[in-house]
Amino acid sequence: MRYLPLTNDDRAAMLAKIGARDVDALFRDVPKSAVVPLSAFELPDGQGEIEVERALSRLAARNVAAGAGPFFCGAGAYKHHVPAAVDHLIQRSEFLTSYTPYQPEIAQGTLQYLFEFQTQVALLTGMEVANASLYDGSTATAEAVLMAQRLTKRPKAVLSGGLHPHYAETVETVAGLSGTVVRAPVRPGRAEDIAALIDEETSCVVVQSPDVFGLIRDLKPVAEAAHAKGALLVAVVTEIVSLGLIEPPGHQGADIVAAEGQSIGNGLSFGGPYVGLFATREKFIRQMPGRLSGETVDAEGRRGYVLTLSTREQHIRREKATSNICTNSGLCALAFTIHLSLLGEDGFTRLARANHAKAAALADRLAKLNGVSLMTPFFFNEFALRLPKPAAGVVEAMAAKGILAGVPASRLLPHEPAARDLLIVAATETNTEEDCAAFAKMLGDVLP
Amino acid sequence: MTMNNQGSPTATGAGQTREPATISGDRGMDHEERLIFELGRPGMSGVDIPRVEIAESRLAGQRRKGPIGLPGLSEPEVVRHYVRLSRMNYSIDAGLYPLGSCTMKHNPRLNEKLARLPGFGDLHPLAPLSAAQGALALIGELMRWLTALTGMPAVTMVPKAGAHGELCGMLTIRAAIAARGEQRPRVLVPESAHGTNPATATFAGFTVDEIKATPKGRVDVAALEAKLGPDVGAVMLTNPNTCGLFERDVLRIAQLVHKAGAYFYCDGANFNAIAGRVRPGDLGVDAMHINLHKTFSTPHGGGGPGAGPVVLSAALAPFAPLPLLVHDASGFRLIEDRDEVPAGARPFGRMCAFHGQMGMFVRALATMLSHGRDGIRQASEDAVLSANYILASLKDAMSAPFEGPCMHEALFDDEFLHDSGVTTLDFAKAMIDEGYHPMTVYFPLVVHGAMLIEPTESESKESLDRFIRVLGTMALEAKAGKRERFEGAPRLVPRRRLDETAASRKPVLRWKPKEMPKAAE
Repeated sequence: MRYLPLTNDDRAAMLAKIGARDVDALFRDVPKSAVVPLSAFELPDGQGEIEVERALSRLAARNVAAGAGPFFCGAGAYKHHVPAAVDHLIQRSEFLTSYTPYQPEIAQGTLQYLFEFQTQVALLTGMEVANASLYDGSTATAEAVLMAQRLTKRPKAVLSGGLHPHYAETVETVAGLSGTVVRAPVRPGRAEDIAALIDEETSCVVVQSPDVFGLIRDLKPVAEAAHAKGALLVAVVTEIVSLGLIEPPGHQGADIVAAEGQSIGNGLSFGGPYVGLFATREKFIRQMPGRLSGETVDAEGRRGYVLTLSTREQHIRREKATSNICTNSGLCALAFTIHLSLLGEDGFTRLARANHAKAAALADRLAKLNGVSLMTPFFFNEFALRLPKPAAGVVEAMAAKGILAGVPASRLLPHEPAARDLLIVAATETNTEEDCAAFAKMLGDVLP
Repeated sequence: MTMNNQGSPTATGAGQTREPATISGDRGMDHEERLIFELGRPGMSGVDIPRVEIAESRLAGQRRKGPIGLPGLSEPEVVRHYVRLSRMNYSIDAGLYPLGSCTMKHNPRLNEKLARLPGFGDLHPLAPLSAAQGALALIGELMRWLTALTGMPAVTMVPKAGAHGELCGMLTIRAAIAARGEQRPRVLVPESAHGTNPATATFAGFTVDEIKATPKGRVDVAALEAKLGPDVGAVMLTNPNTCGLFERDVLRIAQLVHKAGAYFYCDGANFNAIAGRVRPGDLGVDAMHINLHKTFSTPHGGGGPGAGPVVLSAALAPFAPLPLLVHDASGFRLIEDRDEVPAGARPFGRMCAFHGQMGMFVRALATMLSHGRDGIRQASEDAVLSANYILASLKDAMSAPFEGPCMHEALFDDEFLHDSGVTTLDFAKAMIDEGYHPMTVYFPLVVHGAMLIEPTESESKESLDRFIRVLGTMALEAKAGKRERFEGAPRLVPRRRLDETAASRKPVLRWKPKEMPKAAE
């Protein structure tokens, strides 16, 4: 077996040193009845690289990759171009095959990039501080609600109807354990009157912008309504590139920002691993979940970085921890921070403009089709169309012809009548003029 | 200093004199590296994207007003920055990484290549199911391996890491208890458990009650039995446990737990010791998460991402979270909605968006196919053999609190350092100067000054022998009162010991433009 360096002679010599007759003797604490022979496992024996690569390549070939044709899916995961340098750098052994920086003297590389990552996330979101990442945007949102419950000591969370339904369900599952979760009605393309749902029991209001239909929300009035009742505003961003063009939540009164960072540096990968971004105000840091890298000095007075404020964390606080989370999403955070460093201020802003321009032109084009109407008057790189027939069938019909036309809203909201005919369409810098023309033509052909 | 007949020094002289400060501040190939925010120039970018004109009419008046504050660097500058940072890190590829309970084993590069195939790496999570049949088949195949290896009837793939898997398992148990119409608020957790266990149980709405360990490093079954009752929902046990020992009484424990009407949660962090030999299903386990980054070798990536699928007993399977993967005549389908679940299923909810850590699934399945059942069994045996070899070779030079055989990790305490003036931390830090990542220290909490060594199956005998020789010599020196090697260690590193107290007293968690920190150089 190519990954196992011990020879049979080595094994025999080691057993002799231990004083064990055979390897079974080392497992003598396992009850006899619980030891099974190899034949008990109905699984194949080992294979060489060629065979494994062949088997998995066959499975991969049965999927339609985003890059295989015109592609317009979004709704929480976005196709962007990731520069080649990103994937090269994250595969360096020192990043890929190291662990949580428990020994800071020999993990300054990880600790420094996490410190830089935290700074980038704080700058993008317009917040004061950020953590070293969480699993993804949905779990970050659930953690934000729990944090708001701890800070306000109030049980109720109010979720906007425009919050990604998977995020809303995650919050209901996790924050519903210790409180109540109220979801505002779904109003595609419009802002709901969420202020009416905020009361003295409300810990936080959770609003996504751009929302799941692509609509850019005005967070300021929500922040004012929440703060007037002593509640916090949790702002959710699933398309982080939008912050290259629109006002960050931190400038609109958000107390906590939970975001998905996949768009920068990370591939689609069928939903994971992604990288959750989490930012808040400095006064709340001791209730913030997740790892933190902090600046300090070493014994010779040189600047360096360590994991800090770990008295909030499970390995120290055990049952009193702010969260049970153990890892962050280190390598995905690294991909994010490298891609953002490559872009820089200018590149990131240009990327955001390119996305918006592509989406605006596509929306104009598609809205001209017979029976198609644009539901989202304000958007960044994603919008919702109302079609004259159920969107799921349209997507299937177009997929059969090699175009992934977007996400039918009914996939996310199966019980919502208003969602049935809605198609959520995203356009990014990766879409060409030909892609958009093919999309418009094909959609026209498929519709009655 | 001695010289040869050409006048060249025959020894480096290292350790005798301190090298003079360099002009650059760098030390040979050890480069200092500033923060990225202290590099670059406005207007520069490492990505060429044309500036396009946009209309403001669709931005709802919410156009960003000020600059973000990101620095501008070209591609070569960015590459150099991260290459320099990488060189300040220790890694398993560079050396033995005996971090007990973390399982730092070899990460095959084949897995990286396969996870990046466009059909996996560039597949949208909400692509039509007809366009994702290969991905769903892969998840189905991984589920088959996991259930076969554990002898459990069901598995949920959604959890994003070990701790997330623990939470998933405990929420499944919570839902099962609720479905029985019972109140069982207490969870019993051994004091040797990972910190995540009590944190998870609390998070899932239970109260935690600790069970003592016996002097032999195992769960005190009598204490456990005394605490069991109709208000206990679950027992969370790690097996093999965090002392590196197999819980001999596991069958009896399972029986007691079930008799009390509670569920047996097994922390599967240490499954890598028994995979291919022992099936947790045969031990009476009801739920167990599996850290794919440990047993099945997905890379640790500096702290994630991981993946934590949870295998479930028949009693708990109906409560597994959404989405569910089903296979029928039309192919694979994902059931994402509560109203469409098969008869009898009562999912407790949703743990996260989409359907789990696909990138990790590809890597884990590649590891399984490469090893096969025979290789998985051999890997477990080699991991256990290597740990026992270390225990046997070092138990006299160091001190081991529990008798062997151990499983995949060898536990030592600080008894051998008694009166030496050298602490566990000093000993661990001195290992860094010897070229090794330290073992896990001060965990588990049940022994004093714990040192937990996990060599994994990835080390050759030569590598183990060298490691044993170095640690044995260090132990002899410490016991002989030669403290200079230990005090203030490490020395041969990018940074000496860091002031963690200062870091937490006045936290500096980000760079700020105005109060530029004093340059280190």
